[in-house]
Amino acid sequence: MRLVIRQDYDAVSYHVAKYVKERIKEFAPTANNPFVLGLPTGSSPVGVYRNLVKFHQAGELSFKHIVTFNMDEYVGLPRDHPESYHSFMWKHLFKHVDILPENVHILDGNAKDLDLECHRFEEKIDAVGGIELFLGGIGPDGHIAFNEPGSSLNSRTRVKTLAYETIVANARFFDNDITKVPNLALTVGVGTVMDAREICVIITGAHKALALAKCIEEGVNHMWTVSVIQLHPRGMVVCDEDATLELHVKTVNYFKSIEKVHEQLIGSDNVGLQGGVRSWGGVGATTYHQ
Amino acid sequence: MQYPVALQLHNFISAPSSPEPNTPLPENTPKVIKITNCRVLKDHKIVEKDAIWIQDGKIIDPHKFFWYQKRLPDVVLDAEGLLVAPGFIEAQINGAFGVDFSVPSDQETYERGLTKVSRGLLKYGTTSYCPTIVSSSAAVYHQVLPLLKPRPGSSVLGASILGAHVEGPFINEARVGAHELKALQASAKNGFQDFKSVYGFEGDTPEAQRKLSKENLHSVKIITCAPELNGVMESIPDLVKAGITVSVGHSMANTLQAEEAVMQGATFITHLFNAMPQFHHRDPGVIGLLGSRLDLPRPYYGLICDGIHVHPNSVKIAYDSHPEGVILVTDAMSAMGLSPGNYQLGNMDVTKKKDHVVIEGTNTLAGSVITLDACMRNFIQFTSCSLIEALEAVTLHPAVLLGIQDSKGVIKPGADADLVFLSDDLYVKRVFVAGQEVDLGAIDV
Repeated sequence: MRLVIRQDYDAVSYHVAKYVKERIKEFAPTANNPFVLGLPTGSSPVGVYRNLVKFHQAGELSFKHIVTFNMDEYVGLPRDHPESYHSFMWKHLFKHVDILPENVHILDGNAKDLDLECHRFEEKIDAVGGIELFLGGIGPDGHIAFNEPGSSLNSRTRVKTLAYETIVANARFFDNDITKVPNLALTVGVGTVMDAREICVIITGAHKALALAKCIEEGVNHMWTVSVIQLHPRGMVVCDEDATLELHVKTVNYFKSIEKVHEQLIGSDNVGLQGGVRSWGGVGATTYHQ
Repeated sequence: MQYPVALQLHNFISAPSSPEPNTPLPENTPKVIKITNCRVLKDHKIVEKDAIWIQDGKIIDPHKFFWYQKRLPDVVLDAEGLLVAPGFIEAQINGAFGVDFSVPSDQETYERGLTKVSRGLLKYGTTSYCPTIVSSSAAVYHQVLPLLKPRPGSSVLGASILGAHVEGPFINEARVGAHELKALQASAKNGFQDFKSVYGFEGDTPEAQRKLSKENLHSVKIITCAPELNGVMESIPDLVKAGITVSVGHSMANTLQAEEAVMQGATFITHLFNAMPQFHHRDPGVIGLLGSRLDLPRPYYGLICDGIHVHPNSVKIAYDSHPEGVILVTDAMSAMGLSPGNYQLGNMDVTKKKDHVVIEGTNTLAGSVITLDACMRNFIQFTSCSLIEALEAVTLHPAVLLGIQDSKGVIKPGADADLVFLSDDLYVKRVFVAGQEVDLGAIDV
């Protein structure tokens, strides 16, 4: 797993957005071979979407051959409701870019048969060949998507009852009235996220510090479902300084030193997008970057 | 802490399920136009880098379009960062480009004149208006009003007509302004009946009257009258019930009478300060309505904002006392829009200068020739109000006054796609009527 630490929320957002842009550029998607992106909602990815929109408006990133799958959606909330995840994605990303509507997949919380809807969602992911890169956030209780503590680490897309802590955390979007927050949601499973070829989790803020520590410094545990990232061959967490507050100094120093090594001793040209080293110039090698 | 599970359950059962995706569209589905890169006046705010979506002459909700119709727009236009506001609404204009609405003629000539003005007004950002008729004889009303029925606008035929503003003839001869004395009616002894017979409203049977208030078939949208005249005050509720906006103007009413008119249903003051007694501190008259403390909201008031009919300081005083009530009007006469020079208009010889018009050979004003966009620019200068307030004075406020704020004067899903694109210094650059762009260069009037 890679842990990339940046100064603050804005720096994290920029890093993740740039990473997504470079990954897509490297992939060079076409109509027959689109780039399949998994997307989250909430406050963590807002900055990422803002930066992606900026890249698009500057002509550096097209969404024409991108297929997206969102992580979750409330059950029973009308699609047009300002707090539905459909509205969130429209407002923050889709309305500003050139993505094709048929390439956008968000679970339908108003489907007549919710279980069938979840099943169909998994089939749609398979039909496009699986998710290339799944972006995600983390809840204060360490959950990914709506896989609340206690979710099977092998779970698939299904209906979940939201934990009390999640409902409280989301009340701020519903006039601070917890009775207005939906308490059922459709969500991709932990297993669904793990099936993606790469995972990138965005963790910012001091209130997420404990969750980050539980997820990367302790065992894989269904009470902190993001911890499953420890088992993924290509997992990445991008966080800000505040989110590292509960980590051991040793952990933080280690991951910061990795980046320094890459930049200073090997040179960033030699390091692939996903951290692979292409060639080694020896100690004190020619490419030395400040 | 109680776990709030049971509360939401009923919502899940009754919430609508989404439509089947990918159902093919019928052949003649209207095209969807997306205008990007706009600064849009929406909900009392200016939203940067926004887009406007239009289908079938109306503004649509792009959210619904994206999720339900699952299509991309058929046409994408670039507003290049211009400020986009709803098309302006003119509540008082007597004519323009040599055309005078109060002069009857054969139907073809009259309609040609209407179209000329409707098209020409687009250049100044006006996409809806109320052709105004000054005090005239019953014969003139009977001939002219049927030709002023509300009709939608188009990029070819010009601004939409909202119905006529009949200014008079039940007005006070002491404040006749530029109207002809002999056209005035001294009173409405028979109340509403007199109004109906002078204007020639169709139908005197109770059934026709019921139809009038429900469908508002006749062409009158606004009536300016003096409530102190015998019979006028008690007619106001009937006029309002018939769907007409009643305005106090050309009046000598004292504040009590003016307030009574508002209590009876009057919602507008015709060109505040003009054709009414000056402000007097112990009896502020009609102007005193701006200081009323009634249970009803204070009325809207029209302001001719050419800097000539009303002193800029007076404009500011009115605005400061009642900013939500301001509606800018031109009260323009037939010389508006003509290039400077001498003209014979009706029975008047006038000299039109750049922004005012005088009786030929004199310095006497012969009316107003200001344009509505110039009114707006003047208004900001005179009052230092915000851009949003100035724009709403020519869009939202007149729309609410006339009860048409679901389709005009606003940019929101369901409203008519009448748009004006303005430069930073508020000059009209592009105009859309009913979702079609107007070729401003092709309008020669």
